Order: sequence, then C-alpha cells, then structure tokens
Amino acid sequence: MSSVQLFAPGHTACAGCGMPIAIKLILEGSGKDTIVVSPTGCLEVTTTRYPQSAWGVPWIHSLFENAAAVASGVERTLKVLKRDANVIVIGGDGATVDIGIGALSGMFERGHNVTYICYDNEAYMNTGVQRSSSTPYGASTTTSPAGKLSFGEDRPKKDLPAIAAAHGVPYVATASIGYPKDVINKVKKAKEIVGPKYIHVLAPCPTGWRFDGEKTIKMAKLAVETGLFPVYEMEDGVITKVKKIKDRKPVDEYLKLQGRYKHLFKDDFKDQVKKIQEIADKNAEKFGLDR
Amino acid sequence: MIKSNILKENPKMKILEGSMAVAQTVKTCKPNIVSAYPITPQTHIVEDIAQMVADGEMQADYIKVDSEFSALSALIGACATGARTYSSTTSQGLALMFEVLFNASGMRMPIVMTVVNRALSAPLNIWNDQHDSIAVRDAGWIQLYAEDNQEACDLLPIAYKVAEDKEILLPTMCCMDGFVLTHTFEPVVIPEESLVDEFLPSFRPDYVLDPENPVTIGAYGGPEIYTEFRYQQHNAMINAEEKIERAMNEFGEMFGREYNLVDGYRLDDADIVLISMGSLLGTMKDAVDDMREDGVKVGILKITSYRPFPKEKIYEKIRGIETGIVFEKDVSIGMGAGLLNDLKSSLYGKKQTPSLYGFALGLGGRDVTIDNIKDAVNKLKTSKLDDFGFINLREEVL
Repeated sequence: MSSVQLFAPGHTACAGCGMPIAIKLILEGSGKDTIVVSPTGCLEVTTTRYPQSAWGVPWIHSLFENAAAVASGVERTLKVLKRDANVIVIGGDGATVDIGIGALSGMFERGHNVTYICYDNEAYMNTGVQRSSSTPYGASTTTSPAGKLSFGEDRPKKDLPAIAAAHGVPYVATASIGYPKDVINKVKKAKEIVGPKYIHVLAPCPTGWRFDGEKTIKMAKLAVETGLFPVYEMEDGVITKVKKIKDRKPVDEYLKLQGRYKHLFKDDFKDQVKKIQEIADKNAEKFGLDR
Repeated sequence: MIKSNILKENPKMKILEGSMAVAQTVKTCKPNIVSAYPITPQTHIVEDIAQMVADGEMQADYIKVDSEFSALSALIGACATGARTYSSTTSQGLALMFEVLFNASGMRMPIVMTVVNRALSAPLNIWNDQHDSIAVRDAGWIQLYAEDNQEACDLLPIAYKVAEDKEILLPTMCCMDGFVLTHTFEPVVIPEESLVDEFLPSFRPDYVLDPENPVTIGAYGGPEIYTEFRYQQHNAMINAEEKIERAMNEFGEMFGREYNLVDGYRLDDADIVLISMGSLLGTMKDAVDDMREDGVKVGILKITSYRPFPKEKIYEKIRGIETGIVFEKDVSIGMGAGLLNDLKSSLYGKKQTPSLYGFALGLGGRDVTIDNIKDAVNKLKTSKLDDFGFINLREEVL
C-alpha cells in the first residue's frame, strides 16, 4: 500500500488501536497530494511527539476545537496562492461532535473544499475514557460510569452525519474500519466532489471499550452487523447507498465482548440491553439495513 | 480654517475615520487572507476591508468566520500555508481568542491583528479602555500602541516587517483605542502602496504546508523540549526590540514620519514624568503644556512598544526624575495595573528611579479630561497617596 510512505509505523498508539488503521485507509484514498489538519487528541499525541513524526504528508495541529477553522484557512490560501492539494481533517469524536462543532458548522456553511473525517472511538480516549456526546447509550465511561444507580451513558449518540447533511453538505458518509475498501472508496469519492465533505468512521478503541486488541476489526464489523452503526452515503441530503446486512445479529453479540457494557448483563440493568436492541432495530428501519 | 491649510500643505493627507484609515493601510500591506468576526467598535475596519474586497480593490480573500476563535484559527492555517494574514478584534473577541493567541505565538505564526481596545464584560460595556490587550500581554504577541490614527496606520507595515522577520516570527497586535480613535475623523496620510511594497518584502516563509515537501507543524512537545520552545520565543521577543527600532527608523526615512519604542515629551528638565500608552497621551500633552505654563516641571513618557518592553530605553528616559505617574485604562484586579507593574519590575534595583504612582482612569469609556490629569498631579504634590488608585471615581454611588 502506498500509504505506508505517507504514514509511518513507530507511532505510539495502543496495540490494536483503530485510529492508525483509519489513518492508513484515509491516506490510501486521498493520496500523497494531501494536507492533513488534526485537532488535539490521541492522533496528535501518538503520531507527532517532537522531534518525531509519523506523517509523510504535510500535517498541522493547532488546538482541540479549531481544526475545521484551521483547514478553512489552509484551503483558502491554496486557492489564493493558486496551489492545489486535497485538504483533509482527521479528528476524533470529542473534537468533532463536541468542542469543535462550532468551527465545523462554520466550515460546512462557508462551503470550504475540505473533507472532514471523524474517527469515532466513542469517548475522550486520550484523557482516559470520559464520555463524549458520541458515546453510545449504555456504555460505561469514567464520567458516565455504571454504578448502583447508573447503567452508564443515558443518552444516545449525537447524529453528526445528520447535522452535516442539514448544512447542505454535498457528500456525507459513514464507514467502519471493519470494511477497509469502503473507507478508501469513500475518501476517494469525497476527493472528487468540490465543497465540504463529511465522513464519519467508526474506529474501535480496545483500551476504552475494553476488548482484546486483536478483535478491533471484528468489533468494527459487529457494530455494523448488529445495526448499531449504520453505514451509508448521502449525496445532497439524500441517502444514496446503504450497506445492507444479511441476518442482522442481536446486539448482545457485540455488547458482551466489551467491558464498557459488562454491567448491562447483570440483573439490575438487563432491560437496557433491550433498549439498545431497539436502537439497532430503529436504525434498521430508518436506513433499510436488512437485506 | 486650520484643516484646509493642512490639506493644502500635504496633498496626500485625507480626513478619514480611523477605521477607514486602518483598512486602507491594511490594503497597502497586501495580506492574502483576512479573517475576522464583527464586534463593536472594530466593525468599521472589517466592513471597509470587506467592501474593498467586494469592489476588487483589495486582492485578499476575506473568510467570514463563525467566531473570533475561528477567525484567528483560520489565520493559523492560512499562515502555515504561506499566506500573509490580517485580523482585527476587540474585548470579548480577544478574550474568546485567548487560547488561540498563545497557540499562534507558540507556532511562531507572524499574524498581524489590529486590536481595537475596549472594556471587558461584566458589566457589558462597548466603550474604550485597554484592559483587553493588557490582559493578554503574556501571550507571546508583540504589542504596539497607537497614540493617534496616523500611528495606528503606520504601525501596520512596521508590524508586518518585524513579525515576518525570520529571526522573530512572532504575531503582532497593533492596538488602537476603540471609538476614541476608530470612530474619529482625523487628517492622515495613508502609506503609499509603492513605498510599502519597497519597505515590506513579500512573505516567504521557510516552511509551509506543501505536499512536495511535507512537514509536521504543531507537534506535541514533552517535558524534554517544551522549555526550549518557550526560551526561543522569549528570546525572539527580546530581540524584537532592536528589530522594531530598525523598522521604525527605516519607515521614518522612507515615509518621513518618525516613531520610537518609547518617546519623551518635554522631559528634559522634568521633575515629574507622566507615563501612558495610546490615545490618552494627546490629552496628557495638553495637560502638560498647561502645567508647564504654570511652572510645573512635568513631562511625558510615551510607551509605544509594550511587548517587547524596552526596559533600558525607558530607564534612560526617566532616570533621575523624582516622581512618575502612570495613567492607564486597565486594572490588574487587586494588584495595581499592567503598565505600572511592569514599570516597577523593570526598574527594580536600578538607581535614580522615580517613585511610581499609578492611576486607573478612563475605564469603560469614561471621558478623561485635561483637568483629570492636572488634578492627579496636584493630588500627588499635596497629599500622601497609595502607589495605585482610581481617579475620577463617582463617590456618591459607592
């Protein structure tokens, strides 16, 4: 893969981390004529500790909540100075759906020719697994812990792809690193579309989700196969493609493998598994997931 | 009419609103990217720039951002991609930029920004004081303060020249008092574009985001290297003093208008020195002229460069003077005020330094009159005062 030269091994991400897998797939799709902007997060601290860098493409980090604004400046400058490059943001879910959503909304609304890619590991992993608004219902994190009175996170995931689409973004897609070719193809497709693009990529975190590092890809597939993470494309606000699932799996096959859901299988919270199954069923209905 | 005489004598002089004069000067500096968010009393500057861009008179791209936070963030991206950049903000906008200010300096991005000085909330107040920029003096930005609109203009090309110097690479704030300067019509000469071209070379950074030569910008720095980043930034700020002086001298030769990091006014035989920054100096000069007529030996030290703080130049100017009174439009809540505190610390341990007293005045847009200045001087001569206090206080509401 050509992405080997664009993103070197030797970074310090945890064994089995989904994020570097996502990066490699993204760079495979975007190619070498790419400028990457990243917010603060696991990506930044594990790939750029001075004086080393894993990046073979130009890369910039400024702050946690401003990557979309920084990318806006990069993109406009390329235009003004009559240079050309594929501008991509790669940021975690906290930087994207929470603290950076204002800057991201601005970038969408102004129509910058930037592909914003969120690698979603469903919590603030860099600081030690605190909940973000992308943390799924029922997951125990250090700030939405399971306890005598708590079944963990009590709110569903924020639907950022829908928010992106509401801005009139011409291309919105979700993807999972469990399906590498799909990630690569979506990045390639985004590259060909002028304007803001948003791709939301599920990137499981063995440390935060508490599963064996060898099961990252399996987990990334199960999230899709259960219907909890629908994979689709939206063009000009209309869903144009959905990854159909044959024999959708019950959610407990996915939940049982992860420490963050362990508490749901005790008697006290058993009904919460049913609620999570309802979320998956609703997704299946909304996106027509079942084949 | 005095005005028409001035204009006749200098055909290049125009009567312009301060904001318009600044906007037209920004144009001569040819930034590639302007990114700003509207906030009173900065609005006229960015509106004038937007209009020039809309009319094709200015070849910059104006990014209409969602916040001041994004305004400065976008300029970091632009600057790192090789653009000369400009923004302007004030007060709450500057406060919202707080995190980005330190970041831009740490990343050594030579962004130039006009800070229109305005009071900070609460209580909400849109009028002038200098609490905003003085509160961010530690952010690693060069800070220059304009006394009048001509200076607010002329400091801009000087700022770009120093900021973009490869031995400096620090972002720069050109500070001007909100309303008092921005909304006041004064005779100004806009620096001639051809001369600015000559004075200010194009921006050619050594490292930019470019796929042909990939670099990592904004890396994470651990305890083994963080101190060295700060040390270099600190040294660059200290070295900026000489660079600003050189740029001001060069500017003076080319444009015929002289500037200095610090300036004296009727200081030579003074027993009392009044010290300040910004538009207050005009009022103070009138007060000094009056007091001189009454035989009071009083003069003024004007500080143009607050960061870097030209310690030795200040000392040279005020050495041997008995008393110094600092007039400033800011408060370091509970501990004096910015300029007073910095002056004290810079003079500590030196001989023949004046006893320093500081007064906060003109906060939140309260008018400062010639009498306010004279009263303060008289008060100091007749009674024993604390080293810092407020003047022109409305005792009846306290």
